[in-house]
Amino acid sequence: MNLVLVGVNHKTAAVDLREKLVSLFPEPQAVYRRFLEAPEVQEAVYYLTCNRVEVLVATESPEPAVSCCQAWFAAHPEVPPERLRESLYVRRDREAVRHLFRVAASLDALVVGEPQILGQVKEAYRQAARCRATGPILNRLLHKTFSVAKRVRRETGIGDHAVSVSYAAVMLGRKIFGDLAGKTALLVGAGEMAELAVEHLKGQGVARLIVANRTLERAVTLARRFGGEAVSLEELEAQLLAPDIIISSTGAGDYLLTAEQVRAAMRRRKHRPLFLIDIAVPRDLDPRINDLDNVFLYNIDDLKEVVEQNRERRRAEAARAEGLVAEETAKFIDWLQTLAVYPTIISLREKAGRICEAELKKTWPHLGPLTPEQEQSLKILTQSVTQKLLHDPIIFLKRNHRRKRPHQELDLVRRLFNLDPDRQDEPGRQG
Amino acid sequence: MSGLFLYPALLACLAAGALWLGFLLAQREWLCRAGVWVMGLSLVLLTLELAAVLFRAGRLPGANLGEALLLFAWALVAAFLFFYWRYPIKVLGALAAPLAAVAVSGSLILPSQTGTASPLLESFWLSIHIVLAVLGNAALTLAGLGSILYLIQERQLKGKRFGFFYHRLPSLEQLDALNYRCLTLGFPLLTGGIISGSLYAQYTLGRLWSWDPKEVLTLAAWLVYAVLLHERLAVGWRGRRAALLTLSGLVLLVVTFIGAHLWAAGYHSFSSFAQP
Repeated sequence: MNLVLVGVNHKTAAVDLREKLVSLFPEPQAVYRRFLEAPEVQEAVYYLTCNRVEVLVATESPEPAVSCCQAWFAAHPEVPPERLRESLYVRRDREAVRHLFRVAASLDALVVGEPQILGQVKEAYRQAARCRATGPILNRLLHKTFSVAKRVRRETGIGDHAVSVSYAAVMLGRKIFGDLAGKTALLVGAGEMAELAVEHLKGQGVARLIVANRTLERAVTLARRFGGEAVSLEELEAQLLAPDIIISSTGAGDYLLTAEQVRAAMRRRKHRPLFLIDIAVPRDLDPRINDLDNVFLYNIDDLKEVVEQNRERRRAEAARAEGLVAEETAKFIDWLQTLAVYPTIISLREKAGRICEAELKKTWPHLGPLTPEQEQSLKILTQSVTQKLLHDPIIFLKRNHRRKRPHQELDLVRRLFNLDPDRQDEPGRQG
Repeated sequence: MSGLFLYPALLACLAAGALWLGFLLAQREWLCRAGVWVMGLSLVLLTLELAAVLFRAGRLPGANLGEALLLFAWALVAAFLFFYWRYPIKVLGALAAPLAAVAVSGSLILPSQTGTASPLLESFWLSIHIVLAVLGNAALTLAGLGSILYLIQERQLKGKRFGFFYHRLPSLEQLDALNYRCLTLGFPLLTGGIISGSLYAQYTLGRLWSWDPKEVLTLAAWLVYAVLLHERLAVGWRGRRAALLTLSGLVLLVVTFIGAHLWAAGYHSFSSFAQP
C-alpha cells in the first residue's frame, strides 16, 4: 500500500490561487464519492485551511493516483496549468507521512506552533470518516497524526510561548500569580486586544471581572457582554482594592493612574501583587508605577517585545519537534511495510486450513465410528501440526519486513508454499 | 572509622546537585525525580553517619565546626525533602543540593576533634538546644535560597528581560509562599533553640544570657525574622522586601555559624568545647 499527498500551501501558492483551488472541493459527500470512484484510490482524505489545500490518498498504484489528484486540481478553468505546476507539490510514502505530521504539529504553519491547525485536520478527518472515505491505513495514519501533534506539544515548548499580545499578557500573569483561578480582573475601556485578553483570562479561570468606562452606560453594556460588574471611571481609584489584574485601553491622553495613587492603594491592599497591562496609546498608566514593589506594569511595547522573543524561542523548539516527527514517521512507515506481509500470512493459514479439511475428509471413512470427543481431538491434532509448522515461516515474515529486499523475500515465501498456483513463472521451470 | 558514610553522602549530594542542575538546564522531568531519590539516599547516609557519631562518642555531633556542618547538612537535606514533599519547588534543589554538598565536604575537610569533648555536651537538654537551632537554621536557609530565586524572577519580570531564568523559575506567588512557609517553620524552631539554650544556661551556668558573640548575633538574626514575620502578618509585607529581609537574616545566621567558631572568646566557640 502506498500513500500519496498532493496539494498547495501558503509557501507555494498565493492566496488567490488557494481560493480558487478551495472552490474545487465544494461538498464533502460529493467530493469523496468522486474520489473513491477512481479505481486507483482506496482511501482518501482532504483538508482545506486558510493556508493549504491538500489531498491524501492511500493507493495500490501510486502513479495513476498522483495523476488522478493532479487532474482534480487542474479542473479549475481559471487556473493556468503552468501556474499550477509551479505550485502543486507531490509527496509520496515517507515524505507524505512526514508532511502530514508536520502540518498537524503546526511545524509547516505560517505562525509555527499555532494550535488551530490540528483542530482543522481533525474536523476534516471526521468528515472523511463520515463519508466512509477512510479505511485501515488512513484511520491509523490520522490517529497517529493526532497523537504525534499532542506529543510535540507536550514534549517541546513549541506552544508554550505566547505569540499574540493578549495571550502573552496572560502568560505573564501566570508567572506573577502562579494560578489565575479565582483572581479578579479590572478592564478599563474596551478594544479588540482587551477583549481577547479577557477571553484568555476567563479561560484561565479568572473569577470576577469588573468593567470601568467613562460613561456608566457603556460600562454596563460591556459588563453584560463579558459577564462582569460595571463601575464608572471616577471610581477607578476606589476600585483598586479588589483587582489583581488591570487591563487599561482607553488611550485618553493623560494618566488614569499615577504612581502615588497606586502606592497608596498598595498599602490598603496589604501589598497583594498587582499586575497592570497598559495597551493604550497614548499610555493610560504612569510608567513609574512599575518601580513600586509587588506591582508589575507592562505597556504595549513591552508585550510586543515578549511576543518577538517568544517567536524566536518557538523557532528553536521547532527544531526539536522535527526530530520527533522524523522518529514517528519512521515508526509509521515500518507499520505500513508490515502490512505487505499480511496477505501472504493469511494465504498461508488458509492453505493450511484447506489441507487439514481435505485430509480429514479422506481419513474419516477409514476410522469407523468415533465419539464426538474423538472427532474433535483429531481436528485439533491436525490444526496444531499445521500451526506449529507455519509458526516459523510466519515469524520470519513478520520479523524480516524491514530488510532491504522485502519483496524478494515475500516472493520467495509465496513460491515456496505455492500460494499463487496460476502464476506464469512456475517453479516447475526452476526445479 | 570516622566518616564511613560521609564520602557516599557527599557523592549523593553532588549527584543530586548535578541532577537538579541538569533539570534546570534541560527541563526534563525524570532528572528532577531522580534528584529527589538521590537526595533521599543522601539523607539516609547522613543519618547513618550521625548515628555512628552518636554511638561512638555518646553525644550528638556538634563539638567542632566540622561536626556542626554535618548536622547542618543533615537538617538542610531533611528540611528540603520535607518542603519538597509539601510544596514542591523543583529548581530549589539546584541550590539546596550543592549547599548540602559544601557542608558535607566542609565536615570532611575540617580537622576532627582532638581530645575529648566537654562533658557538658552530653546533656540531653543541650542536644535539644542544638537540634532545634540547627533545624531552624536549615529551614531559614531554605527561606533564603527561595528568596534568591524570588529576587531573580522579580528582576526578570520588572526589567522585562525574559531570559534563561524566566522560563525555568516558578511564579513569584509560589516563591513568596515558600518564603512564608519556611519562615513560619524556621522561626519557632530558632526561638525554641534560643529558649532551650537559655534554660540550659540557667541550669548549668546560673545565668540565662551571657552576651556571648554567638548569642548576640543570633538575637540580631532572630529580631530580623521577628520583624519580618510580624510585618508579613500585620501589614502584608511580601515579595521583594520580604526576600531582602530574609536574606539579611540569613547573612547574620551564617556569620553566627561560621564566625562564632573563629571568635574564640565566647563559651559557644567550638574551641572551648574541647578539653586538653
